[in-house]
Amino acid sequence: MNDMRILERDVDTNTIKIAARGVQVYYGDNHAIKDVDVDIQDKTVTAFIGPSGCGKSTFLRCLNRMNDTIDVCRVEGDIHIDGEDIYDKRVDPVQLRAKVGMVFQKPNPFPKSIYDNVAYGPRIHGLAKNKAELDEIVENALRRAAIWSEVKDRLTAPGTGLSGGQQQRLCIARAVATEPEVLLMDEPCSALDPIATAQVEELIDELRQNYSVVIVTHSMQQAARVSQKTAFFHLGNLVEYGETGNIFTNPEDPRTESYITGRIG
Amino acid sequence: MALGLTGYVVLAIILLTVAAFFMARSRAKSTAGGDIRLLHSLPNYYGYNAAMFAAVPAFGVLMIWLLAQPMIIENSVFKLIPERIVSEGSSRGLVMSDVRRVAEGLDIAVAQGALTDDEADNIRTEFKDVRSILGSVGVALGSNVEPEVLYAAQQYRAKSETGTFWMSVAVVALAALGAALAIFVTNADFRARNTVERGALALLILAASLAILTTVGIVLSMLFESINFFRLHPWTDFFFGGSWAPNFRGDSDLSILPLLWGTLYISVIALLVAVPIGLFAAIYLSEYAGPKTRSAAKPLLEILAGIPTIVYGLFALLTVGPALVSIFGRGEAGLLGVDWMSGATAVLTAGLVMGIMLIPFVSSLSDDIINAVPQSMRDGSFGLGATHSETIRQVVLPAALPGIVGAVLLAASRAIGETMIVVLGAGAIAKFSLNPLEAMTTITTRIVSQLTGDTDFASPETLVAFALGLTLFVLTLGLNVLALYIVRKYREQYE
Repeated sequence: MNDMRILERDVDTNTIKIAARGVQVYYGDNHAIKDVDVDIQDKTVTAFIGPSGCGKSTFLRCLNRMNDTIDVCRVEGDIHIDGEDIYDKRVDPVQLRAKVGMVFQKPNPFPKSIYDNVAYGPRIHGLAKNKAELDEIVENALRRAAIWSEVKDRLTAPGTGLSGGQQQRLCIARAVATEPEVLLMDEPCSALDPIATAQVEELIDELRQNYSVVIVTHSMQQAARVSQKTAFFHLGNLVEYGETGNIFTNPEDPRTESYITGRIG
Repeated sequence: MALGLTGYVVLAIILLTVAAFFMARSRAKSTAGGDIRLLHSLPNYYGYNAAMFAAVPAFGVLMIWLLAQPMIIENSVFKLIPERIVSEGSSRGLVMSDVRRVAEGLDIAVAQGALTDDEADNIRTEFKDVRSILGSVGVALGSNVEPEVLYAAQQYRAKSETGTFWMSVAVVALAALGAALAIFVTNADFRARNTVERGALALLILAASLAILTTVGIVLSMLFESINFFRLHPWTDFFFGGSWAPNFRGDSDLSILPLLWGTLYISVIALLVAVPIGLFAAIYLSEYAGPKTRSAAKPLLEILAGIPTIVYGLFALLTVGPALVSIFGRGEAGLLGVDWMSGATAVLTAGLVMGIMLIPFVSSLSDDIINAVPQSMRDGSFGLGATHSETIRQVVLPAALPGIVGAVLLAASRAIGETMIVVLGAGAIAKFSLNPLEAMTTITTRIVSQLTGDTDFASPETLVAFALGLTLFVLTLGLNVLALYIVRKYREQYE
């Protein structure tokens, strides 16, 4: 067990969902992630914090192999989800991404109707046997993303016509609709106003009951509000990882303290 | 060749301009007492200002005078020609062109020393064989020179000479006046920089309006000739008639419909070839190809766009046509053992080759449009576990669709206006037929054939070319406007 996790408390379960060991990421010659070990627990919100360019988004994208789409990117080390090595040759990254959903920094609804946006994942993975079942999946996903009441009367309207906060919740609904086990969120609130941010944060807390949620954020208040565990990245290193309360009140590493108090970053 | 008077005038203006530049600059310096910080503008601006005042009005007047003088002189000389000379079947215009030709011949004869200046002014057909004198200096005339024509030509020369003389005086005086004025106003407080700025603006506006005015001019000239055509030929036959049978003795059937049918049929085949191939090439290049392949393949594909269309026409006539004949024609000797195609020129030949020509057009535009689809869309789709081709089919292409439609419409308007490929590859028979292996003809081909050869610009058989051209212009303009509208609307979506 990693010694940084000694102080953990207040976590619902101790099941480890994602285990990363010795992860190195290179962008061409640039060594972006240096030897990161981390265990992410099931049904927990884990926040990645750190200054811009510290590698937290890069590491997040390793967890569903989104870095495969970048030509110059190279990943070394082991990442296991439920004990299975996701970088094994037999693993289909396309299947993996259905299991590990992702919500992006900028809301990116497809140029389709709200309904088709949410039904996109279930359709390509064949999750619904018929139209009625698909309708149900879409409604459930929209309800879980707390946007159902706002869009139920205009499911055929284009998703791009919603407001920024609604678009982001639509994207969350879209990710939830494929029934992932892990939900990765890359700064999901950076393009939203405080009201929409509050709605999304509330939503993240609810999603914790079913999923392991990993969220990258620049806002330390947000990390403190929504997460149970926090990891601090700096210059490609995982500096400190532990109970959110401890990281913010009693950091062990001087760099963590400097960042949290606003001296570096 | 020695400079004519006009040449010397141009030279004089240039010299005056250069002189004005230096004089204004040094005057500006001296009014500032040698300290250029006291000047409103940098010294060169005073120079530019003076040069501008010297050159612009002078060149402007020179140009207008050169355009207007022949018209005015022709009008006055015109009255000298008696009715008798304007013989049966001929017109005043033809006689005037004779006059111009004799006048030019006299000029050349004087330049080559066959006549003295004095002789040229006073020569009479009664005493000398003007035709043979002019023939000896290389100006061949169709018939003996009538005394009236010669007199008119001499008048023409005399008036031109006077006109040119006065023009030179006026223009050089104007240049000097402009230069003097600009130098006179030059002092430390004069805002030369602002004047030059306005001059630069005027230059840019002039360039922009010339481009637009030329377009307007082209449209108007087509319009007037088309109106002439519709005076001679019923418009109902042109737009709604069923056959195209020009007959130079008159009484032709001149209907655009069979030609329009051929044009559209060939264009549709071309688009059927170009759109899938071009679009797939664009998808490969923008979505799958690595940067190395892309940087090599894209220019290679665009080489196709640089091939002159006449070369494509030859390719159609010599390679594609015979190849198609060997498949669909020649009876038992052919590949399919059928005899459906008799000659190399056919709708299919022209359509296929035109399709090849349009591939880079479609692929290059679609490539830009697909690249403009934000990466976040693709990430969103990948993040949901979609494969690459699912992402392209369900997210990228729908997002890029309006732009691709625009690209296809632009390609269609190129196909409709394309000339050389159809001249060589499509044949010359105007008819309504659905068989793509038959020769058909297009609007552009008919325009070419109606205007080549010995033509008389007063018969409906020739003037129909302008009506055809105008229709073509309206058609492609409409397609272009529609395409640009769609493309622009799409661009706004993501910016």
